[in-house]
Amino acid sequence: MFVNNLLGFPTEFTTTAPLIHMLTNQSVAEEIVKKFGDDVFDFEEPFGMLTFTTTREQIIPLLEYLKSHPQFNINFLTDITAIHYPDAVGQEFCVVYHTHSFINNFRIRIKVYLPDADVHISTAIGLWASANWMERETFDLFGIIFDGHPNLKRILNMEEMDYHPMRKEYPLEDPTRQDKIDALFGR
Amino acid sequence: MTETSVAPQNNTDLAKGDQVQYVNELTTLNLGPTHPATHGIFQNILTMDGEKIVAGEQTVGYIHRAFEKIAERRPFYQITTLTDRMNYCSSPINNFGWHMTVEKLLSIEVPKRAQYIRVILMELARIADHIICNGILGVDTGAFTGFLYVYEKREEIYEIYEEICGARLTTNMGRVGGMERDLNSTAIHKINEFLKSFPPVLKEFERLFNRNRIFMDRTIGVGGISAERAMSYGFTGPNLRAAGVDYDVRVMSPYSSYEDFEFDIPVGQHGDTYDRFMVRNEEMWQSLRIIEQAIKNLPEGPYYADAPEFYLPPKQEVYRNMEALIYHFKIVMGEIDAPIGEVYHAVEGGNGELGFYLISDGGRTPYRLHFRRPCFIYYQAYPEMCVGSTISDAIVTMSSLNVIAGELDA
Repeated sequence: MFVNNLLGFPTEFTTTAPLIHMLTNQSVAEEIVKKFGDDVFDFEEPFGMLTFTTTREQIIPLLEYLKSHPQFNINFLTDITAIHYPDAVGQEFCVVYHTHSFINNFRIRIKVYLPDADVHISTAIGLWASANWMERETFDLFGIIFDGHPNLKRILNMEEMDYHPMRKEYPLEDPTRQDKIDALFGR
Repeated sequence: MTETSVAPQNNTDLAKGDQVQYVNELTTLNLGPTHPATHGIFQNILTMDGEKIVAGEQTVGYIHRAFEKIAERRPFYQITTLTDRMNYCSSPINNFGWHMTVEKLLSIEVPKRAQYIRVILMELARIADHIICNGILGVDTGAFTGFLYVYEKREEIYEIYEEICGARLTTNMGRVGGMERDLNSTAIHKINEFLKSFPPVLKEFERLFNRNRIFMDRTIGVGGISAERAMSYGFTGPNLRAAGVDYDVRVMSPYSSYEDFEFDIPVGQHGDTYDRFMVRNEEMWQSLRIIEQAIKNLPEGPYYADAPEFYLPPKQEVYRNMEALIYHFKIVMGEIDAPIGEVYHAVEGGNGELGFYLISDGGRTPYRLHFRRPCFIYYQAYPEMCVGSTISDAIVTMSSLNVIAGELDA
């Protein structure tokens, strides 16, 4: 695995010696790749935030590793949410974790893609108690099933609801209306 | 202790030496959905053992309005009005947080003057937010006077909003790229007046509460949470700082020129209701400091960025200038596509880190927009914080957490 130009940095940035307590996207990415190898991929840094993808088997070990890493100290779970890409075959759902290290003021965004047929992923409650409602919300809106969650039921919508409203196939407008056509009011 | 006695049928049974049976019974108590102390609609199903809370379960979502779904069909300006309705106690922070997210996506550099005006308004909003929380905490502990004193000042803040955008509660303030209009002389006068008249009121408010024996007895050691648990539960903002963690988005990742100002981050020790109250009070003083500096050093120059494709042109221009008319039409009709990108932007809202996670696929509306709502994330700690305490303590705890139903349910 080549890690030298993983993020497409100009070489002068990659060769400068990092400050001892300053984490850079490059150094963190290298360290994570060293540990997880091929299970972490698609590194990028949109607007400066280190972003990469992992597999559903590795997400909890990865979060655990980042949390207990003596230097990274990723001690705060900012957010869990999901995105629906109905056209991406085999990768319809993307679960996004935003994590933050208060000590280093360093944020990492981790993505896990799940196929529509199998939307199971492990729960992160063991690491952060805040994952509880974040995962319930993600389940409620997208139908992602977090295995091991003690109380995985709807949180914002009523329990009788039989669909997950943030999925793209559920239209926002009343489909019987003729005046609100997508050409004018849609995306 | 609630004990239900199974009464003996008649006295003769007792005479025979039968034991009176006592059954320990737990009571289920519904606190909410509408309850004067919840300041919004959400339910707590509390299991009580007499006066003590044994367990609690929350039901939220009563005013869930599917903002994230609606946002997927709305151009950027129409989403500003959705953000108002999240934390409606400090809507300018939400508005500007959203505008800053879009500006980050579009890589628009906002002029210094607009940034300073935003800082002034966001800090005024923070004061208004904390006034509500602390004033009502006083009411919930039985002290109505302080609430009335500070609420008058909140009214003055709303008058400042009114001068700037015409609205009071759901402000829809600002534009992508800057402000809708410059601060006029009346607004500056009102802000200066507020800076002069608020400190004595806040001082009086503090004198009423800070060393008030009744208030201290009601709040010290009530609803406490350790720093470690608070971080695990995703606390941010004043509630986390009351537990002793000095995390503030304004300092950690400054936005809108917050790095230009000098202010302190107050930190509590025990994370209890009293500490939350004190942290919020001190934050109001710090907000005043920031506003003073911003007003004093308000730079000259334009109040909006040169981004005609995204900044809604002034109305006078629209009537006279062809380009302005075209851009006005295109922006209002949502004809302008945003670049492809993925942005997370956080601001320090009244309750903590208010995050906007925006994914744009190059269309006129976001492909996905997620709001990280601080209330929603920290409110799940509420049962843990009030188990073992009494109902009255639970109400004070909830009040000091400043749970805003609009932000909770999105």
